[in-house]
Amino acid sequence: MKGSKKAKSISYAKWGYIFLIPFFLIYIIFFMIPVFSTFYNSFFENYMSGLTQIGPNFVGLENYKTILFDSDLPKYAYNTLLIWIVGFIPQIVVSMVLALWFTNARLKLRFTGFFKTVIYMPNLIMAAAFSMLFWALFSDIGPINNFLVAMGHEPISFFQNINATRGLIALMNFLMWFGNTTILLMAGVMGIDESVLEAAQIDGASSWKTFWHVTLPSIKPIIVYVFLTSLIGGIQMFDVPQILTNGSGGPDRTSMTMIMYLNKHLFSKNYGLAGALSVILFIVTAILSFIIYRNLMERDSSWETRRSKQAIKGGGK
Amino acid sequence: MKGFRRVIALMLVLMMSVSLIACGKDAGEPATTPPDQDEPSPEPTPEPKQEEGKVLNIWGWNDEFQGLFKDYFEGKGKVPDGVEVKFTIVPNDDNAYQNALDEALLNQENAAADEKIDLFLVEADYALKYVDSDYTLDIIKDVGLTQEDIAGQYKYTQEIVTDSKGAIKGTSWQATPGLFAYRRSIAKDVLGTDDPAEVQKALSTWEDFYDVAEKAHAKGYKMLSGYDDSYRTFSNNVSQPWVDSEKRIIIDDNILKWIEQTKEFTDKGYNNKTSLWDDAWAADQGPGGKVFGFFYSTWGINFTLLGNALETPLPDGLTATSDPEAYKEATTGNGIFGDYAVIEGPQNYYWGGSWLCAAAGSDNLELVQEIMRTMTCDPETLITITKDRQDFTNNIEAMETLANDDNFASAFLGGQNHIKLFAESAKGIDMSNISPYDQGLNEGIQTAFRDYFNGTVDYDTALDNFYKAAIEKYPELKRPD
Repeated sequence: MKGSKKAKSISYAKWGYIFLIPFFLIYIIFFMIPVFSTFYNSFFENYMSGLTQIGPNFVGLENYKTILFDSDLPKYAYNTLLIWIVGFIPQIVVSMVLALWFTNARLKLRFTGFFKTVIYMPNLIMAAAFSMLFWALFSDIGPINNFLVAMGHEPISFFQNINATRGLIALMNFLMWFGNTTILLMAGVMGIDESVLEAAQIDGASSWKTFWHVTLPSIKPIIVYVFLTSLIGGIQMFDVPQILTNGSGGPDRTSMTMIMYLNKHLFSKNYGLAGALSVILFIVTAILSFIIYRNLMERDSSWETRRSKQAIKGGGK
Repeated sequence: MKGFRRVIALMLVLMMSVSLIACGKDAGEPATTPPDQDEPSPEPTPEPKQEEGKVLNIWGWNDEFQGLFKDYFEGKGKVPDGVEVKFTIVPNDDNAYQNALDEALLNQENAAADEKIDLFLVEADYALKYVDSDYTLDIIKDVGLTQEDIAGQYKYTQEIVTDSKGAIKGTSWQATPGLFAYRRSIAKDVLGTDDPAEVQKALSTWEDFYDVAEKAHAKGYKMLSGYDDSYRTFSNNVSQPWVDSEKRIIIDDNILKWIEQTKEFTDKGYNNKTSLWDDAWAADQGPGGKVFGFFYSTWGINFTLLGNALETPLPDGLTATSDPEAYKEATTGNGIFGDYAVIEGPQNYYWGGSWLCAAAGSDNLELVQEIMRTMTCDPETLITITKDRQDFTNNIEAMETLANDDNFASAFLGGQNHIKLFAESAKGIDMSNISPYDQGLNEGIQTAFRDYFNGTVDYDTALDNFYKAAIEKYPELKRPD
């Protein structure tokens, strides 16, 4: 038989490529084509005026000029980052503490499974539903204000106050994501070799020192990952502030995020400006990811990386 | 064990794909309300002669017309057997209805026959956009109504939907003169009388209005609920359209007056700092409200104010003529039913209005014609609607008759014949200054200046925010030089 003769030179590589085809097809259709058409669209004036389409007329970099020099993009970028940071700091602190508690064998915490489920719950609720809930709770005649009035306090118009609106968005982002972060950090903490921690304790390190000098450096890659994904998620913040402020971006556009601004253009079918804005956001996100990733990973020349490299060489666990 | 795992994996994949498909559908399609199947159709009409479409698609932004259609057209057995009526409702806010409608209309040619829009509703704020397009049909030449059919209507309701070539592109069942609806009990407390004639005397000019506002404030009441309540009395009396021929946004002096008045009212505590359509605003119209009155046009009284005034909603389908006894029983002592009355107020104005437009490409023109004739031209139907729902309908003669009918009174307005006031006010309606951009710009200026009224930003910032939002919404518009 032919087959048995060629048996030695059979290559399974082609199956690899065949099995990769669906991925590349989907990647091209749903990722490459949209990205390139966004780039393409950003060079045209193209929008709907009522029921008539204006354009597409080639305008070169005009759309980029408008977005960069003739719009409030810096303000919206500031809003976005501020709201993200205000939400991210408590998120990482609380998640860290919870992750340490849940993984600490000495604390003998009970019902950890239950608590882990509970803190993850907010993430399962749709962001839209969650912000509707907050919107109803904090509205001018909502339960929170009823409570304040019952306590003898003046009612507060939360959504007419800049800090309150931004704070609420940050709070919701925190509530929605700290469970997820806790689970990720727990995975990191549990990956640390017990013997290292024990060694530190035998050497007389306090638990703070153990945390600062052993645990934290060991889970640095996980923290970098959490930071990165949260930052990228933060730049793309949209649904919570959109629903909470009914698309208006809060008082004086101070809770208008960059994607909300993008949505404003998309909503009026202004593909040119929306395309230019998307491209700018794409580049900013890419640069940010790159800088942070390199910075945090390269400086990390501690024994941890060396050890993990050795572990890989040695076959790993 | 392995087999079991495979089954589980397969199930998970199936579940995920199902949820993906479900999500896609949710996001893509506006909610459609299925028609009521159990509506009896006693006498099927002898029409249609030609082959008509099996599905009649009607688009609107709320269920006002849906309710009328159900009671006065479908309920009367006028929908031919085998024709399914499908309503698609997309809320108006933030141009959402216009955007959805535009998309469907642009796709009209390629849509399957049963998916094509046959009839859609437009509001005064953006009627022109559709009237001056090829997506609407001439109701005389294309749809087949006659001049006699529409002879009884208020002329302005036809002028507003007449395109540049003189074709009438829509027809309405209502005229929308505006009035000021006040709380009798509060008027008694503040002015010592609840008699409409006396209250009108006290509120006949804006200066008087300020004086009463001050008195009401002293007694612990608010004159108006929110920032936008008096907006239409100014914005619909402007001397020029929102946008000039060069596509520049022009803020009329009357709008500036509204800003000035509202700022003063807010600073002095004469209003309750609500915004149109929000919960607090609706609550102010109900039993717990402490607001003197509301500017409202016809639909506002029957469709919005009545609903908000009740403690418990009326049962479905119950109207003043369908079962007078039950209606009386259900409304007496229900919330503040009967505590409102209407007067002309300090300024004549109009607000809103809904027009029926036949969509180009409709495959149900016979039925569309019949709906238009029954719902907007037939005096009998229109009179019944007025009696049932207090709506001011689009037939001059019928409205004049009711206006002079001493037996006609609205129980909701404490036995007042509001049609008399409406009929008077309707004569003064002038819609010549509307533009296709009105919805976005009216909403935009209300939203932007809310921050100014609150004291969050100064006047110039609010103005700047308004222009920004306007140009985002309508990229073709420009700031004034």
